Amino acid sequence: MAVPKRKTSRSNTRSRRANWKTTAATLTACPQCGANMVPHIACPSCGTYKGRHYATAERSEHQG
Amino acid sequence: MPTPTKGPRLGGGPAHERLMLANLATSLFEHDQITTTEARAKRLRPLAERLITFAKRGDLHSRRRVLTVVRDKGVVHRLFTEIAPDMDLRPGGYTRIVKIGARKGDNAPMAVIELVREPMSAKKATVKEAEAATRRAVKQDESKKAAAATKDAEDAQVEDAAVEEAPVTEAQVDEAAAETEGAPQDLSAADETATTEDK
Repeated sequence: MAVPKRKTSRSNTRSRRANWKTTAATLTACPQCGANMVPHIACPSCGTYKGRHYATAERSEHQG
Repeated sequence: MPTPTKGPRLGGGPAHERLMLANLATSLFEHDQITTTEARAKRLRPLAERLITFAKRGDLHSRRRVLTVVRDKGVVHRLFTEIAPDMDLRPGGYTRIVKIGARKGDNAPMAVIELVREPMSAKKATVKEAEAATRRAVKQDESKKAAAATKDAEDAQVEDAAVEEAPVTEAQVDEAAAETEGAPQDLSAADETATTEDK
């Protein structure tokens, strides 16, 4: 079985991990309640999308 | 025909996927609206819409075809007697998928898939069909510009007819079709309009 010849140095490990970045989510204001929401997804605070209400879309702080 | 699904099956294998989709379809027709993952909702949509098309046909053969997927006779009865009449004028697009954000446990993107049961007015359906026919005709006529004049005249007649009663419309469209026999593609468009109004 092929195995690495050398231990990966701390430097290499850290420079690899330095490129793990997150990107900010695109947000728009909900036309119904004005809260921030991700576009094309029902609003998590009031549960509306295109004027229709979806109770399952509502999320509290703890539900994440 | 819907595009064939790309990528791996849902669940453990083809049979598992069939069972899963059948169960999802059964639940959808029972409750009108179900919450599931986006991937499942997207796979369910073509199946559910095909079953509704069978239900709109409404004969015994189509009922048996539906029963091969949805095993519950009560649900199939509901599909044929309650859901199908609502979809009568709707030319496809019987389901609606709304994304509702990720699930807490595994961050899976969730969606609500529901039947579009809002009634569609006859006039709106006719106008939409006429517009679609016009678009098709325009597409076909791009090479043939000679037929453009007759097409415009016929379109005007179709839109006038849409306001009036359905049988009258049919007669008028037939007349229009007879008049414009020089352009076969217009004839087919007009015939399609007439068949939609038969329902």
